[in-house]
This record gives sequence, structure tokens and C-alpha cells, in this order.
Amino acid sequence: MSVTAATSILNPEAFRPDFPILDTVLHGNVPLVYLDNGATSQRPRQVIQAIVDTYERHYANVHRGIHWLADQSTDLYEGAREKVCAFINAPAKEQVIFTHGATEAINLVARSWGDANMHAGDEILLTEMEHHSNIVPWQQLAARSGAVLRYIPLTDDGRLELGSLDGLLHERTKIVALTAISNVLGTINPVEEIIRRAHQAGAVVLIDGAQSVPHQPTDVAAMDCDFLAFSGHKMLGPSGVGVLYGKRELLDAMPPFMGGGSMIRRVRLDGFEPGDLPAKFEAGTPPIVPAIGLGAAIDYLNAVGMPAIQRYECLLTERAHEVLDRVGGVRILGPQPRYKSGIVSFTLERIHAHDIAQLVDRHGIAVRAGHHCAMPLHKRYGVNATARASFYFYNTLAEIDKLGEALQQVKGLFHRL
Amino acid sequence: MMSLDEEQLYQEHILDHYEDPYHRGHCQHCTHAHEDDNPLCGDVVRMELDLLDNGQIKEVYFDGDGCCISQAAASMLVEKFDGRSVEEVKRFTANEMLELFGVRLTANRQKCCLLPWRVLQAAIYSPRTEQDDDQGSARAGKDS
Repeated sequence: MSVTAATSILNPEAFRPDFPILDTVLHGNVPLVYLDNGATSQRPRQVIQAIVDTYERHYANVHRGIHWLADQSTDLYEGAREKVCAFINAPAKEQVIFTHGATEAINLVARSWGDANMHAGDEILLTEMEHHSNIVPWQQLAARSGAVLRYIPLTDDGRLELGSLDGLLHERTKIVALTAISNVLGTINPVEEIIRRAHQAGAVVLIDGAQSVPHQPTDVAAMDCDFLAFSGHKMLGPSGVGVLYGKRELLDAMPPFMGGGSMIRRVRLDGFEPGDLPAKFEAGTPPIVPAIGLGAAIDYLNAVGMPAIQRYECLLTERAHEVLDRVGGVRILGPQPRYKSGIVSFTLERIHAHDIAQLVDRHGIAVRAGHHCAMPLHKRYGVNATARASFYFYNTLAEIDKLGEALQQVKGLFHRL
Repeated sequence: MMSLDEEQLYQEHILDHYEDPYHRGHCQHCTHAHEDDNPLCGDVVRMELDLLDNGQIKEVYFDGDGCCISQAAASMLVEKFDGRSVEEVKRFTANEMLELFGVRLTANRQKCCLLPWRVLQAAIYSPRTEQDDDQGSARAGKDS
């Protein structure tokens, strides 16, 4: 393959036929334009087929039986773990823990690592752009431990105020938890720099990768994060599975999060010994089929190519900014496209986000409206709610143009007086 | 492009209430008030009443911030009950509120429509206290 081909722009039409749901026609005659990928992505038939195949041919509980089917399902489940491990460049597959979602992964760290390590007066450093799932578990930990929460403030254009880090990071800062990409602003945060500075201050760092892992290459070794949490359903996988990656010495030292089957070495009537990684953190029957589906999703993403996805989504974001600017009266929250991933949240004059979402829905366009589980961020920018268009590699430039046309009509309706 | 449903949902009557609401503001003499929001969408409605001892609503005003549905519904509700009695408010059911609005709403949008109804039902039981004396609300209309 020539150099040009290797660097050429991804063609979404090559992949769209793999996604049955993208053929949907709604309201009688309008094709679906799915721009709500920040909430959850759609699945290609390869992932759906992997789920069907597992249930039809390979399904039993994992790690429990010695019968043939149990071996089959265990191999598939552990195979999925190896795929995740390679996808994020983790040193060993034992450091990849399957959870039921990114939220559970963060809660696991807040409960297990947090309860063992946080004391009154210690500090937890977050940012003002976090999703509620990366705020509330830390507020709960602060309430249990007497620790203090601090937040890295935001600039007016939706980036982290890095100048504040010197004052916020010090010897009492025990953990820094931040998102790699804002689910509202789309801002790509300079996580490597923050991780380096947090480590200098002696803090561990958890990265919320829910919006980043699906859209750009991830290398936990290069990033040097201590924990990474993400979900399967935002990256072509099924709902019900997420991942926690952690550094081995931290995971080894952490007490189990939930008690139950699988997570033990042995149980007596007067106590138990926890099992080894990763079983220690996978109590009960794990999300077997969702994890296998996630493995298939990773195969698909690798075939498309994460660098190509990232480059293509930059184009979509640039087009979205152009199109929305042309509508007039649109205020985009967040920075210029060069600092962003494929997420564009906006307001349109004084038309409420729910009215925008409802009216563009009639053009087949699915966007989210509300506070996107980030109420503090919306407060920071003085709005109650925004409409959010969020892209994936199967979206086309033409779909973004349709959003612009639909918004023109919304404006027209409210300007009838 | 727009379906019949949609034309109805954003029909003139509703947009009129949204753009030019009835009694949006504050009671000059407020005896009862309540404010609430839909936490999922952030819509806020506040109701202020001037209730007479005989149970008559001398005046009712609303304020708020939110989608077309929630604000238009508040305007319609206030228009209906201005000058009526507390007993009539108590008898006015959620279903009647949806009928008053007039357009069939999906479950999600029914919450928008019922927010002002819920706030009014609570307001008649919420005598204004001294602490409320800062005119108006901390949130309604200027939440940011």
C-alpha cells in the first residue's frame, strides 16, 4: 500500500453498511442521522454476530466449569481481556479488570483505593469539566474520609486552567482524577503533562477515558496513568461492560471492592482470602457476553485504525463548527476544533435545548439535550442546558450539513413572530 | 419535512404562550410561593400567588426558565386559574393539565408540561415565609 493510502482520509461509506441501525428510516421518510455517539455508539454486525455466536454456540459461565462449554466461554472471555490489554498497551492482561461500565470502574477505585489511602485533610483533585460519574464517587469518598475536594478551573474557551496546577498540587494531594476528553466541550486535555506533574507531587492519577478510548489511540504505558476507566458501549461494544486498567503495585495492594464468588482464593466460615488479579475485582458472574462483544468491537476498531478515526473526526468537527457558525446565533461551548474531539455542544439563541433536539429529531437527527451529566460545567458557562452533537467515524460530512439545515428551520420557527 | 405531530407540538397557540406569556413575573403581594425544577433537564418554574382568606386566588404569576413546553404550559395554567379558587386548583388533575395543553406529548415531554402543574399544586400549600422576602427567586429565570 502506498504512503498516500496509509495517510488518506477514512471513507465512512466503507463502514456504514456494517451498521444495520444506520439504515433506519423514521417519521415515515427521513433517514436516521445519528449524532449522539457521546452517549453511546452503534454496533457493527460483526459485534452483534459475536454476541449471537457466543449465545448460540459457546455460552457457559466462566472460570467455574471443567466441561467443554465452560472452556469455550472462558477462552473467549479471557481472549477479550487480551484484546483490551493490547488495545490500550497495558503491560499485562491481569491489569485489565472487566467492570459493568466506566462508572463502576471509577467507583471501584474510589471505594477500594480511596478507603485504604485517603485520610482527613488529604486532597482529591478533579476538574470542573468532569462527568458526574467522576465527581460523585469522589464526593462520597470525601464524605467518608474527611478528604477535601479541589477542582482545576476552566478557561472561558473550555480548556483547563493549567496555571492553577502549581497551587492545587501539593503533598496533601493524594489523587488526581480527570477526563481525557470532556463529554460536553470535546476538549482534549493534556493528560501526560498533568500526570507528570501529579506524580512529582506524589499523587496517583485516574484518567476517565470514556470519551477518549473510542476515538483516539490509547497507550497507558506512555501516558503513565495509574488508573484508566472506560466503557464498552461508546466504542461499538455492548452496554454492560467497562474496563478498569491499573498499575500492578496499586491493584495488588488494594482490597477487594465487592465480595462474592470468583474474587476469593478460599472462604472459611470465619473469613476469606482474596484471589489474585484480575479475579480479585471481578466478584460474581462477570459481564461475559458483553466483554466478548467488546473484544469483537476492538477487532473492528483496529481494522478501521484508531489514528485514521482520530484524523477523520477532526474533519467532522471542523465542518460542524463551520456549519453551526453559518446558522447564526449559535454559541458553541468549548474551544476551537484543533483542541477538540468530535463533540460539539451548543445553544441557539434563547431556544431551549430540548426544543432544538425535538425539532431536529423530525429531520431524523439524533442529538442529546440537557446537561449531559455535567451540571457544574454548565453552571460554569452560565447555561442550563445545551444541545450536543457527537460524532463517530461512520458519520458523514453530509450528515453534519443536514444538522445545519435543520437548525436553520428551528430558528425560522421561533422567529415567526 | 415536519410531521403533523410536530406542527401541533409547536403550533401557534403554544408558541404564542411561550413568546408572549400570561402573567410572567411576580405578584405584587405574594402570600404563597413555590419553585421546583426537572433535575434531568434543568427546567425551572416558580409560582407566586396572592391568596385571599376566602380561598380565592386574587392573582397568580409564574416565572421560570426552560423549554417551550414547560413555559407555555405554565402560562396556560396561570391564565386558567387567575381569579379562580384554591379548591379548583386542588381538583385539577394531571390529566386535565395535559388536556389543557392540548397536544399529545411523549412521556418525556409530559414531564415538562406537568412541572408547572406540580409547582402550582405545591404553591397553594406553601405560605410565604419571612426568608422569602427577597422578591423573586434565586433560580427562576436567571439560573446560570
